[in-house]
Amino acid sequence: MKLGYYPGCTLKTKAANLEVAALAALDRLGIETTELDRWNCCGAVFSLADDDLIHQVAPIRNLIRAAQQGCDTVVTICSQCYNTLARANKLVREDDEKRDTLNLFMREEPDYNGEVEVVHYLSLLRDRVGWEKLREAVTNPLTGLKVAPFYGCTLVRPLEVAVDAVDHTILEGFISALGAEPASFSAARECCGAYQMIAHPEEGMKRAAKVIAAANHSGADALILSCPLCEYNLGTRQGDVVAAHSGLDQVPTFYFTQLLGVALGLDPELCRLDLSGPAARTLLTERKYIAAATA
Amino acid sequence: MASIPSPIHPDNLRAVRKIAEISGQNVYECMQCGTCSAVCPMVESMGFTTRQGIHYLQFGEVEAVIDARIGEFCASCQTCLVRCPRGIDVPRVFEAVRQLVLRTNTDLVVLKDIPKDTLAEAPQIAFVATFRKLTS
Repeated sequence: MKLGYYPGCTLKTKAANLEVAALAALDRLGIETTELDRWNCCGAVFSLADDDLIHQVAPIRNLIRAAQQGCDTVVTICSQCYNTLARANKLVREDDEKRDTLNLFMREEPDYNGEVEVVHYLSLLRDRVGWEKLREAVTNPLTGLKVAPFYGCTLVRPLEVAVDAVDHTILEGFISALGAEPASFSAARECCGAYQMIAHPEEGMKRAAKVIAAANHSGADALILSCPLCEYNLGTRQGDVVAAHSGLDQVPTFYFTQLLGVALGLDPELCRLDLSGPAARTLLTERKYIAAATA
Repeated sequence: MASIPSPIHPDNLRAVRKIAEISGQNVYECMQCGTCSAVCPMVESMGFTTRQGIHYLQFGEVEAVIDARIGEFCASCQTCLVRCPRGIDVPRVFEAVRQLVLRTNTDLVVLKDIPKDTLAEAPQIAFVATFRKLTS
């Protein structure tokens, strides 16, 4: 079984803090992945128009690349890439007519019939490593850290591609395995404002404010995310959101893979805290999960 | 394709058929329970609720739904999809309304108005998603 890795655009630049620790953690956990030799943008959003097949070409082409490299499974870390690739894959598997049209359109490519499985990194941890084994691999448990799990939309909707359609606790399981405490967080599966933060910033900020208010109410020390768009809305823009809405407190945000890196005792440099807000590093050093002098 | 009831004004028939064709959804299955509006994270920004939007569409009043900017403000979070007791893919319905606007070569976001700070800070997927959803 060969496991391909599809990074997506943002993880190579602004969201390197989502990628670097994640790949180092897989090495530590003994899971081998191969980054696809060629890949392109996944399209970022799954097309919802029935007559708009052209926007399925980009995600399907990535899955063709995975198949060409002999991968039977492709893993993504960005939850938006996961959603787009998994839904396009489902479309090809379930709709013969659309699959044939896509294959005819991409005549320079081999036919694709949904042979590759698309999985998210969290599913890989749960299903191939297991929370118990992950717990054993943790050398620097995040004891005493209360973490709000933010699923957002793309990890859990629609149900057919949800990473935890059965028990709805994959992030909670992950947080517990790191030795931290999952917060009971009412906005865990709500929208962060998504692309509306670009198109209609005031409306996007209102939405982000509700998520931050719920994180405050949960008593969490930190909020964990799996999507660069959530990180932009809830992390990068958090100062503006808190300033514009009364009664909100700042809450440090991390990608879930950064906390994984810290808990596994990886070199903190790999967690790329330089790309996260300063509050993230401050929290980790104050609680002595990482040394103050290190990156 | 949904069979479209006769009270629809003939002028509106074409648009209603187009909504059904693009979305693959039958708005006449909606029983107006309002669950989609109750769970919608962006409903406060819209001219009226998603439930009302579907009701207008049932009567062929597509222009009213366009004016209420429901499709424009939808963030595609898919919450209404998983909650609808009638199994209607509500995001697809409003995606179809949005497409009717975009396909007249109309942009729903003015690119030159995006602040420079946003251009520098926001991740690529924010722009790809915005352009995919809101530009023609």
